[in-house]
Amino acid sequence: MRTGAQCIMDGLQEAGVKTIFGLPGGAVLDIFARLYHAPFEFILTRHEQGATHMADGYARATGKPGCCIVTSGPGATNTVTGLATAYMDGIPMVCISGQVHSHMIGNDAFQEADTTGITRAVTKHNYLVKKVDDLPRIIAEAFYIASTGKPGPVVIDVPKDIQQASTKVQTPKEINMRGYNPATNGHSKQIEKLAKAINKARKPVFYAGGGVIAGDAAEELTILARKAKVPVTTTLMGLGSFPETDPLALRMLGMHGSVAANHAVSSCDLLVSIGARFDDRVTGKVSQFAPHAVIAHIDIDPSSISKSVATDIPVVGHAKLVLKELIDQIEPVDRSEWLAQVTKWQKEFPFSYNKNEKQLLPQYVIEQIYEVSNGDAIIVTDVGQHQMWSAHFFKYTKPRTFLSSGGLGTMGYGMPAAIGAQCGIRNKTIVNIAGDGSIQMNFQELVVAVEHKLPINVVILNNGHLGMVRQWQEMFYKKEYSASTLGQANRPKNEHIKHEGKDIYLPDFVKLAEAHGAMGIRVTKKEEVGKALHKAFGTDGPVVIDCIVKPEENVYPMVPPGASLTEMVQSMA
Amino acid sequence: MKHVITALVENQPGVLARIVGLISGRGFNIETLNVAPTLDPTCSRMTIKVPGDDRVLEQVTKQLNKLIDVIKVTDLTQKRYLNRELVLAEVAATPQKRQEIVELIKLLSDAKVVSVQEKSLTIQMIGEQDKINDFLKLLKPFRILDISRSGVIAVARGE
Ligand SMILES: Cc1ncc(C[n+]2csc(CCOP(=O)(O)OP(=O)(O)O)c2C)c(N)n1
Repeated sequence: MRTGAQCIMDGLQEAGVKTIFGLPGGAVLDIFARLYHAPFEFILTRHEQGATHMADGYARATGKPGCCIVTSGPGATNTVTGLATAYMDGIPMVCISGQVHSHMIGNDAFQEADTTGITRAVTKHNYLVKKVDDLPRIIAEAFYIASTGKPGPVVIDVPKDIQQASTKVQTPKEINMRGYNPATNGHSKQIEKLAKAINKARKPVFYAGGGVIAGDAAEELTILARKAKVPVTTTLMGLGSFPETDPLALRMLGMHGSVAANHAVSSCDLLVSIGARFDDRVTGKVSQFAPHAVIAHIDIDPSSISKSVATDIPVVGHAKLVLKELIDQIEPVDRSEWLAQVTKWQKEFPFSYNKNEKQLLPQYVIEQIYEVSNGDAIIVTDVGQHQMWSAHFFKYTKPRTFLSSGGLGTMGYGMPAAIGAQCGIRNKTIVNIAGDGSIQMNFQELVVAVEHKLPINVVILNNGHLGMVRQWQEMFYKKEYSASTLGQANRPKNEHIKHEGKDIYLPDFVKLAEAHGAMGIRVTKKEEVGKALHKAFGTDGPVVIDCIVKPEENVYPMVPPGASLTEMVQSMA
Repeated sequence: MKHVITALVENQPGVLARIVGLISGRGFNIETLNVAPTLDPTCSRMTIKVPGDDRVLEQVTKQLNKLIDVIKVTDLTQKRYLNRELVLAEVAATPQKRQEIVELIKLLSDAKVVSVQEKSLTIQMIGEQDKINDFLKLLKPFRILDISRSGVIAVARGE
């Protein structure tokens, strides 16, 4: 006989879990009582949102499902943003939440929330456990669902009495769900058709997304692209799926994509999407997206196909398996004219910024991170301008080295995700590139990095603004900077605050880092950046570098919302 | 364009909420929805009528298929299928009018009076949706006090 709580411990162990993130409460005390004796590393976070982002960062960096445990009610509601973030980007995660006693459910009991109801739209699947006998099966199913097909988060809501009840039932040997049969091999006929289309195309482009990384198919993509001599663009989620140092790399496409990528997609005759979902930030005006191209789409999720852009050659299947099959059918084709055109775009319009600027620029800081780390680091971002610059000025060559909330765009994701990633991969340099707005959303988690001596590097590109909001207001809202100024000066009338002349650092991130037990370094000049990074990378605990950068810097190129990809704005001038 | 789809789903609490939540959360409408057990007690069959073009329907079908609790989705509109709906209509009927209505009902093989009240009659009709709509038009002049419709249920026809 095992209690429900013990079944959870055993189930997690059988699923290969090593590290668990979370925070206890009344409804999970039975689980934590068993955790006390269990062989997991437990990371006590300071907020449940932090726990979910850590589990997410762990999963993105290692490829293994992340795991967290939280209490009922507020514990569970605090996970919603983290679950939604993981859901949008297809990240495997299992989150176990406590629930009030079964017989109290529906009575507005203390710390009761309808967790399965609340998380239904932000999870791949969720369970409310009704019988302890079901628990071993549910845990096994949850990990299977989370990590197969298009991965995603799964919530298991376990009432307190179920944790305490006993069962003889063992973990099932096999998982058998009649409603869940994720696709694996692509249809051979479709793959053949696609191979023919590639062999015939004169101006093809590969467009790779997060699915290539989730599907562990970066190697296959690289072999295929090089064999077929087809240029590759990636989405934000696809960064690292193809080496950006390769001459065939067009780099990122879309709203803040490269000129080469956006022009190539707009003039190609065949666009092969691999594990990407034609997000509106990628396509711009849909009717003018890849207007001359035959569209092929390889995806494990049938519902992604023809959702926003009609597909001519759909292939439902696992990216790795489909690409493997494709490689053998590719014939050498002379595309020198097309590749010359691509090279011309790449040479003429690289991502760039004003190198003569006296003030410290955010782009420079990121280039320095690339230099000092020799391009060998895991970059974790928050959301905003710094996220886009992180995509532009660091070149990603390997999968799972760029972790960012692409789909949901969750500010506050970065630091906890960096901590989670470092828990999974101890011996690699991890840099959280953050904005001064985003970093304040989950700063409390820095304590966790200090406690566990996780040497994450937090580089704040401190522009005194909610920079991306400021940029949109500058470009599209008559320079009326409503609620986007974090500093004290130059605020609009309705946000005016009294202050004595000069701006002070509020908060002072260096002191804040120190108060959390971490090292804090302030950088205001170009010359100081390299030194600070060297020092941080050589320190065996977390370091926060507060870089005071030019506030008015914008991200270019930019495709204005609703415009087509060729209508890129290169600067305000 | 309207589509009738049926979904075979796990007969478990929360499944209905999941399906309705998915359809409404993605901005699709439901015109009618019907759920009941099947021969296999662990399964329920849902019949859902959704307005929208083929693309909307393709998305609804694919999204439903993604749900773990959904075993099979079929778009009946593309197949040979039978559909039926049941309606209960309460019609104003003073003793003087009663006979007239009863005579009318006699002409319809699928309709019958199921309850007689002092000032009204309750009539039941079972039929294809079009027929139900025609029937209600026919009753209109007598003043319909209330109706309750079951929504459409449908089944594919064997070969
Ligand atoms: C949780 C959350 N709230 C609001 C937003 C909207 N938003 C997108 S970017 C941005 C500004 C981010 O500012 P900061 O972190 O300082 O980064 P910067 O753009 O200055 O680099 C905001 C408010 C968001 N993405 N996430």
